[in-house]
Amino acid sequence: MPAGIYWRHMNLLNVKNGRWVRVRGFRGGYGIQQRLTQLGFLPGNKIRIIRKAPFRGPLLLEVDGREIVLGRGVAAHVIVEKI
Amino acid sequence: MRFALVGQPNCGKSTLFNQVAGYKAETGNFSGTTVSYKETKVRVLGDIIELVDLPGTYTLLGTNPAERVVLDYLIDKKVDVIINVIDATHLVQGLLLSLELMELGRPMVLAVNMMDEAVRQGLTIDGEKLQELIGIPILPLIASRGQGVREVFRSAWNAAKEKPLPTPQKFNGDIEAAVQDVKGRLKKGVYPVSRRAIAIKLLEGDPAISEKAKKKDGDLAGILHGHMDRLCHNSTQQAVWLIASERQKIARALAKKVSRQGQGRLSLRDKLDDVLLHPVFGYLFLVLIMGLFFYMVYGIGNWLEGPLLGFFDNLAADILIRLGSEGLGAQLVAATIQGIAGGIAIVLPYLVPFLIGLGFLEDIGYLTRIAFLMDALMHRLGLHGKAIVPFILGYGCSVPAIMSTRIMEDKRDRFLSAALVTMIPCAARLAVIFGLVSFYLGPWAALGIYFFNLFIIGITARILTRFMPEDSPGLILEMPVYRLPTLRTVTAKAWFRIREFVFEAWPLLIIGSIVLALLNFYAVTPFLDQIFRPITWILGLPSKVGTPLIFGIFRKELSLVMLAQALGTTNYAAVLTAEQMVIYTVFVVFYIPCISTITVIKNELGAAKMWAITGLSILVATLASLAARLFILVI
Repeated sequence: MPAGIYWRHMNLLNVKNGRWVRVRGFRGGYGIQQRLTQLGFLPGNKIRIIRKAPFRGPLLLEVDGREIVLGRGVAAHVIVEKI
Repeated sequence: MRFALVGQPNCGKSTLFNQVAGYKAETGNFSGTTVSYKETKVRVLGDIIELVDLPGTYTLLGTNPAERVVLDYLIDKKVDVIINVIDATHLVQGLLLSLELMELGRPMVLAVNMMDEAVRQGLTIDGEKLQELIGIPILPLIASRGQGVREVFRSAWNAAKEKPLPTPQKFNGDIEAAVQDVKGRLKKGVYPVSRRAIAIKLLEGDPAISEKAKKKDGDLAGILHGHMDRLCHNSTQQAVWLIASERQKIARALAKKVSRQGQGRLSLRDKLDDVLLHPVFGYLFLVLIMGLFFYMVYGIGNWLEGPLLGFFDNLAADILIRLGSEGLGAQLVAATIQGIAGGIAIVLPYLVPFLIGLGFLEDIGYLTRIAFLMDALMHRLGLHGKAIVPFILGYGCSVPAIMSTRIMEDKRDRFLSAALVTMIPCAARLAVIFGLVSFYLGPWAALGIYFFNLFIIGITARILTRFMPEDSPGLILEMPVYRLPTLRTVTAKAWFRIREFVFEAWPLLIIGSIVLALLNFYAVTPFLDQIFRPITWILGLPSKVGTPLIFGIFRKELSLVMLAQALGTTNYAAVLTAEQMVIYTVFVVFYIPCISTITVIKNELGAAKMWAITGLSILVATLASLAARLFILVI
């Protein structure tokens, strides 16, 4: 996964609740990338932000029919684009 | 014959295993790692089969210890049939692993589990069509209700006899060509699994397999790098991602062909989550649910403890009167009864409802929702939401709680949560809190101890994180659907933990009680008391509690049960003041983890960290009890 720059780059934290976005890539280490890929965060896959926990808590996301919880630190590493 | 159960986390693989293994399972560790597997023997159509339950894994990439051992196991060990369990409601994700397993070229059957959940969601799956498409036996399964289990094992038995090999699915142009080229360079007959599997692993860059291939086929590094560079150049992505994307495409196409989504009751989950994960109501329900849970445990436990304790006390008193209380024989009989009473009257009344309730919360899917809600708070402790799982388990028993710290990838997170988890009052310490503080001073005092405990853990965490700053990426976990737990799975899980108490701790409890009676009779305990005297003196406790504290290291319940022996009565109010009860309980909650916990910490984190945690616990216990003493003095 190229961790370079993107024209319209935006991470998951910038997305509003209920919106669908598409995965572009990841920033950050190999380990996180591996884990995210296993959970369905492949480039091109669609993600919906279902809800965010209060007090800067984690995000609940829909990916490939599953619901995945990502802490804000991790979510900031997922680069997405609008669809 | 050996069958291996392989599947992704939460696919119901262990439920299937428990259905056939019952309580006979044996847990072992993979050598050199902390990853454990379960093994049992089952009889299928007259043959004895060794059934291995491998840890849940999303892929065979080998990037974390669990995946590594599953991959190595499937490659190196003689596995006659792979039983791959997938979750029907997550067909695409499940098939990703299935495709990878098919590449290995070992006989395999695919059990599509949670068919009831699929029906509920309006999902229909054409298993026969899938079987035609990928050429391995496909069976429907509802493991939680035991439906389809027999058929899965029969089919696996057939596969073991006939040895039909799955045909792996082909990839796209470039990647397939690269795989074929590498495969062609590997020697025939020297690998325990198919050459295709080895070729794919080499292209994915698996270090361990590259090392092995080097020994058998000479240095392929140049050729591999050539392929990897070309693939990466053509698509701007690394081979490992290209292969993962290929598998995903195949899995998607397969799922599309065989499954149809009709009108389901999907909305139930969303409606429930809207309330239970709500920014305000979510926390209200959290407090309410946990409050109800503890109230239930307290209610049932308290209701049973009083009469049971009374019965045993009368029994012991009767015997002492009949045999004359001075003789050694009478003392030993009374001590035995006290040991038995400690188990039946003090520990089990709280432990059983607690474990059943916890199993229920876990199976229904609520524990993960707690992790979601509590992540922000756990961050303030320098941990992330996943750490809430060991914390909650810690209220049951520190041993599984320490083991569950494995879900955290980072070493620093593991150490920190293990250190803090040992300070969470486990069920044994719950017995002390309820049996002493709550029984004599009321439930509010017990609740106060719990809050004080959390407060101290919070302070300890803040101090520790000053020395060990947080650098882990944070929370990544899958939110399970709500599932109605079956009585069978919940009770089986509870029994698994209760069994440990009944067969391992309880005998120790009774023996400890007898040993203490002997020590008392020969007047040795004053010497033992001296070991803890510096601490008991600071805390203003009678020196006689030193011996129960030493016994408490073996089993935390002993620090309450032995108190009866040491003080010569079970009516603690007669010999201890209210302050002393509170201070003693606070000390017991924090000081040295029990022997089993210490052992697990050593196995999981190493001897150095074990000593560090033990030392820390004595320090925290003394300071916390002193704080409690000062606090009581002030009010």
